[in-house]
Amino acid sequence: MAMSMLELRKVSRSYGQGSAEVHALREVSLTADEGAMVAVMGPSGSGKSTLLTIAGTLEDPTTGEVLIAGQPVRNESRGAKARLRRRVIGYVFQDFNLLPGLTAAENVSLPLELDGVPGRKARIAALKSLDRLGLSDRASHYPDQMSGGERQRVAIARAMVGERRLLLADEPSGALDSVNGEAVMRLIHDACKNAGMTAVVVTHDAQLASWADRVMFLRDGRVIDQTVPAAGPDSLLTQDRNR
Amino acid sequence: MSVRHAMLALLAEGPKYGLRLREEFEARTGEVWPLNVGQVYATLQRLERDGLVESDGTGDEGAQKGFRITAEGEQELARWLRTPPDLSSPPRDELVMKVLVALRMPGTDVPAVIQAHRRYLVELMQQWTRIKEYDARGDLSMLLAVDAELFRLDSVVRWLDAAEARVQRAAADGTIAWADQASQGNQTRAPLPRQRREARRWR
Repeated sequence: MAMSMLELRKVSRSYGQGSAEVHALREVSLTADEGAMVAVMGPSGSGKSTLLTIAGTLEDPTTGEVLIAGQPVRNESRGAKARLRRRVIGYVFQDFNLLPGLTAAENVSLPLELDGVPGRKARIAALKSLDRLGLSDRASHYPDQMSGGERQRVAIARAMVGERRLLLADEPSGALDSVNGEAVMRLIHDACKNAGMTAVVVTHDAQLASWADRVMFLRDGRVIDQTVPAAGPDSLLTQDRNR
Repeated sequence: MSVRHAMLALLAEGPKYGLRLREEFEARTGEVWPLNVGQVYATLQRLERDGLVESDGTGDEGAQKGFRITAEGEQELARWLRTPPDLSSPPRDELVMKVLVALRMPGTDVPAVIQAHRRYLVELMQQWTRIKEYDARGDLSMLLAVDAELFRLDSVVRWLDAAEARVQRAAADGTIAWADQASQGNQTRAPLPRQRREARRWR
């Protein structure tokens, strides 16, 4: 049985107090097994980004529990959480967040170097990660020398570099056209299926969400529904098209 | 697509025998659109009568006859390619009907009705996306056909999203009956603008 890489147990997050209290998340439970790709769909203000910051240990839930690779993170020290973020979790943002003065390879190796990995070793890991995403020939390019789609692929390479196993993506295709957006989702999908990553992608775009194994629907901080894992394409092609 | 234009399109690739035309037509439209033999030859006869194709005159009723497209046939095909299909009158959409009926029915949780349809559509989209996934270097025609279906389903999901937002707003304004139920949800919105919150957290 696949191990659960990320688990949220009845996670709630509220801000403010008394009559000004607002609930960004209400008892959200979510399990993403190793190799799974989960999409969270919802309109703006539904709590998608809060869910991701809590899953990424950047913020603590008000109540509820977050487990990463089976380990509860609530009682971990700040340092231990920071280590977890540097070593296990990769983030992908809508606007790529690459550092403009660094090449693709330097951008990808940076999180490893910040974690104390020697420069040469970090560079080898970065090149390997870039190669995995078909970006070997872009290693020495700067972000402004690359297209939007390439920049986002570099950001995914950075999110997967080293031993990272959990990829959290916030509208990763939001700044891209539909073909490049699809390419990004395909890469995240392949990272889950072939490289054993686990991904949680938040998006409002149904076409992109449909790359995921499971789509969860968030409304006003609650998971209100989720898709039943899809059957293979055969069921679609053999069904009666004339109905 | 009419059989007439399908035949012209096949002949635009080069001269073909009647039998070959029938086989290619079936191979390309496959199970989607089975065609009877008589229809193919009747169509070819009419095309010849109209001067859009010409035959070599040999062979009997069509199978062994060779056909080629004429200049007029090529013009007709080019004209057809650029003529938009008639989309001016909207189809009667069952889903739109259901949402409109839900709005009128007292006590109906309209967002829940909308979500039931949204989930079904996204599940269908997941299945179509699996086709792309299994066949990464699939042939272009197949990818375009799958894309067309995904965009069509996506447009319905987006309509549902817009419908839900409008219904929520109308409920908040008190212009529809079940205002009390829906306005509760509005109090749960995040306190700060999304961008500001994110910028602070991700740093």
